Amino acid sequence: MLNVRKIIFLTVGLLAFAAATMAFRTAGGLKVGDKAPDFKLKNVDGKMYSLEDVKDANGKKPKGYVVIFTCNTCPYAVMYEDRIVDLHRKLSAKGYPVVAVQPNDPGVQPGDSFAKMQERAKEKKFDFLYLFDDGQRVYPQYGAARTPEVYLLDKDLVVRYHGAIDDNAQDAAAVQTNYVANAVAAIEKGQEPSPADVKAIGCSIKFKKS
Amino acid sequence: MKKWLLCGLAGLSWMLVACQSSPEVTNESAVAAEPAPQTLPFAVYDNFSTLEHLFHYNNDTTYIINFWATWCKPCVEEMPYFEQLIQQVQGKKARVILLSLDFKKDVPTKLKRFVEQRRLESQVIALTDHRYDTWIDKVDPSWGGAIPVTLIYKGQTRKFIDQQFASYEELEGLVKAFE
Repeated sequence: MLNVRKIIFLTVGLLAFAAATMAFRTAGGLKVGDKAPDFKLKNVDGKMYSLEDVKDANGKKPKGYVVIFTCNTCPYAVMYEDRIVDLHRKLSAKGYPVVAVQPNDPGVQPGDSFAKMQERAKEKKFDFLYLFDDGQRVYPQYGAARTPEVYLLDKDLVVRYHGAIDDNAQDAAAVQTNYVANAVAAIEKGQEPSPADVKAIGCSIKFKKS
Repeated sequence: MKKWLLCGLAGLSWMLVACQSSPEVTNESAVAAEPAPQTLPFAVYDNFSTLEHLFHYNNDTTYIINFWATWCKPCVEEMPYFEQLIQQVQGKKARVILLSLDFKKDVPTKLKRFVEQRRLESQVIALTDHRYDTWIDKVDPSWGGAIPVTLIYKGQTRKFIDQQFASYEELEGLVKAFE
């Protein structure tokens, strides 16, 4: 009798464990179709912003948000700086402003301190929000793993596209497909972006090892 | 005076380096400012499909493949562990490969310099295929694209490590599990 009970306990335990591991595995981050959490982070202008505070280039509530995890120091992020400025100019006018979030721990990567972010934003004339994920609470909720990494959200904060900005990090002139711009165009037409998830090489997000 | 001394020193050190590298590299670098690909001390693959076999050998050798780049700080930090591993697996059926994802333009310059200056024992291969989305999943579907990552495999057994190694022992332990 005791044995049967033990077996049942063990089986239930094992099943629960398996389920938990699987959940952990699939919870690798937001997937296309998931609702993204809003956040409140400090911008390079010193003020706190949430997605709900963001306005597009026409001063209206956006139709969507181009959330980009990016930083000062990653060579890939640097190669995309001018392209992100361009992207914001084009897309914010259509109702899809860029919201950049810097997720690295400046304790590990001093070039990504808030002061350095302010410097870069001024130097490159960022006219989009460049927010500091101080305490690194936001990027894990999104499941971002690298810089740069895009989450294109619609007005309801549903992820509609995830991944690379375009198909050629190393050479802006040789880009053939602008994934983010195309995804916005698809949403505008009432279609699903395709591809909706595009992987790319990038720098790992820097955090303190415990 | 100081300038001349510096020039002399630079020249001398250049000669020292030149003497140690293979003869064809020396000849080439003497005439060409930018070395042609065949003078590089490692293979360069512009298309993942021509390198894909590296991830599917079905034999009793353990392959330890580390994805890195000269611009990637954590990658460079953990590189000594792989160089130490080379010593450890000598005489065993294991291959350590440092697969560089340096940008194409940096391969003949930065990457070449890095490999030569560090005198890496591990085999270096450069993969410059920038159509990342076409091949990242073929290495491992769970890989999001951040580096460093390391793939250790033998036959059908695979282990994909998507972060920097904290210590040599951590890497060694994982490789030992394949023996």
